Amino acid sequence: SLKPNKHRNYEVYLLCLSSVIHYYFHTAAVTVLVVALKFHTIFLTIIKRMKLITHNMLTSKGMKNVIEGFPLKIQAEEVRNVDIEFDREFISRMVPKLDWNALIFAAQCVGHQEDLPEILPEGYENDDDLLKKLHHILLEVEVINGCLECPETKRKFPISNGIPNMLLNEDEV
Amino acid sequence: MEEELINTIKTPIFSHITSEDLDHIYEPSEDSFLLIDALEKDLDLIRKSKPLLCLEVGSGSGVVITALGTVLGSQCHYISTDINLHACRVTKETGKLNGVDIKAVCTDLVTDVMGDVKGAVDVLLFNPPYVVTPSEEVGRGDLEYTWAGGECGREVMDRLFPSVDSLLSPHGIFYLLVLKENNPADIEQIMAKLGFTCTCVIARRTGQESLSVLRFSRQK
Repeated sequence: SLKPNKHRNYEVYLLCLSSVIHYYFHTAAVTVLVVALKFHTIFLTIIKRMKLITHNMLTSKGMKNVIEGFPLKIQAEEVRNVDIEFDREFISRMVPKLDWNALIFAAQCVGHQEDLPEILPEGYENDDDLLKKLHHILLEVEVINGCLECPETKRKFPISNGIPNMLLNEDEV
Repeated sequence: MEEELINTIKTPIFSHITSEDLDHIYEPSEDSFLLIDALEKDLDLIRKSKPLLCLEVGSGSGVVITALGTVLGSQCHYISTDINLHACRVTKETGKLNGVDIKAVCTDLVTDVMGDVKGAVDVLLFNPPYVVTPSEEVGRGDLEYTWAGGECGREVMDRLFPSVDSLLSPHGIFYLLVLKENNPADIEQIMAKLGFTCTCVIARRTGQESLSVLRFSRQK
C-alpha cells in the first residue's frame, strides 16, 4: 500500500540518480510506455520494482568529474511495501556486503530512517529485531517509479519497471 | 531432515522470448548452454564456497543466471547487468518464469554497479561478445553488442578483467566463456598477474566455434 503522506516528509531526501531533468524524465516515461505497449502482454503484468538492496550497489562514479558518486539519492514517485519471507541467515550474511551509511540514507529517502541505527552494532547477527528491520528495508520496500540522483552532478538515472538505467552518454564518461 | 540437493541444472524455460525480443537480445545458443553445463559440472565447488551474491555481466536473455538461480535457490541474491534495456527486462522475465528473482541493472559492463562495496560478489558470470570482428563493430546497435568482440574478440571482455579483483569476494569464482581465437592462454596470463588461477572447466566444439569455459579463483 502507498504511504504518500509519510513520503512527502522525506521529499528532500529522495533517492539520487535519475534522468537529467524533469522534462527528460517525462519524455523517457512516455517512450517507455510506448515501447512497453508494443511488447508481449506479459511485459505489462510483470511490473517489477527496485528494492533498496539494489540501490545499495549503485553509484555514479562512472561519470567523469565524479569523486564519490555514492550513495545515490532516491527520488521515488511511488513506494510500495510487499511481503517477503524472512530469511534470517540470508540477511545476516548480506550485512557485510552492504554499505551501512548508504543504507541509512536510502531508508531516510523512503521514510524508514527511524527503524535503523546510525551505526551497525556489534553482534547484529543475533539481533533478530534488527535483522527483521533490515529485511524489511532491503527487500520489502520497493520504488515503483522514480529516479536515482547523483549526489555531485545531480544527474538523474531513471528507474523503469524496477530496472535502474545507469547508462551514461558519451560526453558524460 | 536432510534436503536433497539437486545436482543437475535443467535448462530454464525461455519460451516467453518473442521474435520481436530477438531483434534486440541474444538468443540462448550453444555458448549459453555450454556455460550452464560448466556451472552444472562445478556445482559442488560452487556450493562449497557458500555463495550469497551472484552477478552476471551481459545477461542477455537471462538463461544463465536463471539456471544458476534454479539450483542455488533463494539463499542467494542474483544481480544481472546488460547494456541493453530490453535484455534487462527479458532477464527479469526469464528469472520470474523459472522462479528466480533477478535484480537487473542497465549499464555498460559493471559501470556504476558494486562500485563502493568491494569483494561482495561470490559468483561472477560472463558470456561476452566474443566474435572476432573489426573494432568499429564493437558496441554498435542492439544485436551487434551481443556478439561483436573486436580484435581477437577480446575488446569487451578485456574491459572487465581489471574490475574482477575488486568485485570478487575472497572465495569468489569467475566464469568466463571464450572462443579459441580469444587466446585463452593470454587471458590466463593477464588474470594471473591480477592474482587469479585459471582452470578450463569444459570445452566443446560447436560447428565452427571452439568454445571453452574458464574458471578463475584467487591464488592461495
